[in-house]
Amino acid sequence: MAAPTTERPASTSETRELAPAHRGNRAGPALLTVLTWILGIGFFFPILWMVLSAFKKETDAYTSPPTLFFTPTLEQFQTVFSSGIGPYLLNSLFATVMSTVFVLLFAVPAAYAVSLRPVKKTQDVLFFFISTKMLPVVAAIVPIYVVVNNIGMLDNIWTLVVLYTAMNLPIAVWMMRSFFQEVPKELLEAASMDGASLWRSMREVVLPVVSPGIAATSLICVIFAWNEFFFAVNLTAATAATVPVFLVGFITSEGLYFAKLCAAATMCALPVVIAGWIAQNKLVQGLSFGAVK
Amino acid sequence: MADVVFDHASRVYTVGAKPAVNRLDLEIAEGEFVVLVGPSGSGKSTALRMLAGLEEIDDGEIRIGGRNMVGVPSRDRDIAMVFQNYALYPNKTVGDNMAFPLKMRGVDKATQQEKVRAAADILGLTDYLDRKPKALSGGQRQRVAMGRAIVREPQVFLMDEPLSNLDAKMRVSTRTEIAAMQRRLGVTTVYVTHDQVEAMTMGDRVALLADGKLQQFATPSELYDKPANAFVAGFIGSPAMNLFTLPVSAEGVRMGSSELRLPREVLSRIGGHERVTLGIRPEQWAVADGVGGHGSSSGVKAQVDVVEELGSDAYLYAHLDDEAQTAVVVRTAGRSGAHRGDQIVLTPTSEELHLFDADSGDRL
Repeated sequence: MAAPTTERPASTSETRELAPAHRGNRAGPALLTVLTWILGIGFFFPILWMVLSAFKKETDAYTSPPTLFFTPTLEQFQTVFSSGIGPYLLNSLFATVMSTVFVLLFAVPAAYAVSLRPVKKTQDVLFFFISTKMLPVVAAIVPIYVVVNNIGMLDNIWTLVVLYTAMNLPIAVWMMRSFFQEVPKELLEAASMDGASLWRSMREVVLPVVSPGIAATSLICVIFAWNEFFFAVNLTAATAATVPVFLVGFITSEGLYFAKLCAAATMCALPVVIAGWIAQNKLVQGLSFGAVK
Repeated sequence: MADVVFDHASRVYTVGAKPAVNRLDLEIAEGEFVVLVGPSGSGKSTALRMLAGLEEIDDGEIRIGGRNMVGVPSRDRDIAMVFQNYALYPNKTVGDNMAFPLKMRGVDKATQQEKVRAAADILGLTDYLDRKPKALSGGQRQRVAMGRAIVREPQVFLMDEPLSNLDAKMRVSTRTEIAAMQRRLGVTTVYVTHDQVEAMTMGDRVALLADGKLQQFATPSELYDKPANAFVAGFIGSPAMNLFTLPVSAEGVRMGSSELRLPREVLSRIGGHERVTLGIRPEQWAVADGVGGHGSSSGVKAQVDVVEELGSDAYLYAHLDDEAQTAVVVRTAGRSGAHRGDQIVLTPTSEELHLFDADSGDRL
């Protein structure tokens, strides 16, 4: 009972002290803001240059300093399309979506188990998961190549689906684990007292609560799978090659045509940006644990 | 509705270590409101969770309505629980939260709605059925958790410190509401709290636990008037009972430099003990002015350290003039006029003094 009365005067005196200090230092935050903008623009500039150049004619793309005002054209995008990016985009899309779906199918139950139903060896299992990420992929590519070759799966998109699933699974388990750990265990206990089976409490109670985590995890998996280059370039050729492989080929053949290159690069980057934007809406909903705390 | 029996029920977390709940025996009648109370680590929550099926029963039995619950999963026990943090489903509306247990049992939509409405009516939640839990106040969330428990019409209600997240005022009013609702519904209820005031005001009977062991299982007034041991005596009542371990003399006990004379009836209970633990409640003292050195012949001298004026009454925190400067609490009428540093003489007023074995703590 005594606590609120002693707290109140303390907090008012605190605000009284803070206010003048804040007023005297107005230049500081302004400087920080300017610095932040400079840094932000510095980071964003290459991307801006790439996107702008993609809409230029080749002649405009070469000027230095780069022209900011020009008549935009879709010419470069048309050239890229006609040079056959289509199948590569489809391969990338397939490998990315399928591997992400598989990762979630395995990672969500695994993370549920390691976070909400831990056993003695759970820590070891978690370490094993993350240890698979310690070996450089370059070191493993020879045995992987031999195996894939022997089972006749070279230049097959399913090879990439399997490899991308394996590649992202440990990260996804670790990420989902941290979200599952935020779920109050009373929620599960309440669900089980209310008569829900494991499956129903998972579907009706746990998954809605961790859905922002699922969105974040999916986004990471999508980004990693979409951008993956090393496996793709070594294990695929004409049929199963993905967008990064196409882009490298494009640089070799059309390397002198900046505008065209920028258009191709923009098209490669766009799906990931869109995926991020979609996931963001889910992410900012935040973890709505307010109701149980 | 059903009776609940703990029959030598034990919970051992680590083999070889002290059990969290040690051979607990309780017989809770149909429709009874029983409060499990005790300090933290006493095993009261573990005992409740064993009944809920959230902790295993390592030894003994727990029976609900005569049926042994060992190995029976929570969802098949026909019980409902209100958690300390309410454990509402954050993604569901108030209505869906309350309907969830019905939905899980395959009750049809119309009946679900009807029962949820009825419960919301009782709890004053009708206007909030479409809201999400995070848009509710603490008190409202607490009531939703109650609602989710009562729509089920379970055999037993379990409540694990359901009031501890509420502010002091809300706690008092909700306390009364829960007790009244339990009486109206007549459902057997087991309620866990660490707050002895809640235990005393709400329960038909109170089970006091310490160190995993049952200390006493009795009505609130019996617990207060006839504590089974020194631990119960010290735990029940606020401020706590004064407990002194004293050497026995010819006519009573020796307290500091003075002798506290005890009635013959009390003396006979001491028997052959050389030392006893004497319990005197704060309201069982008469206070006299100690200046001048005389006063009641059977009284003990003390010096006041702190005076707490509560309006209706006042608490004097004092120390005796013995070597150990034993602390003593006295409850007097309000505006007692006592001040810090005052010399007083204290005399026990009641013949109902509590005597405990100095070694075992058992009531003599």
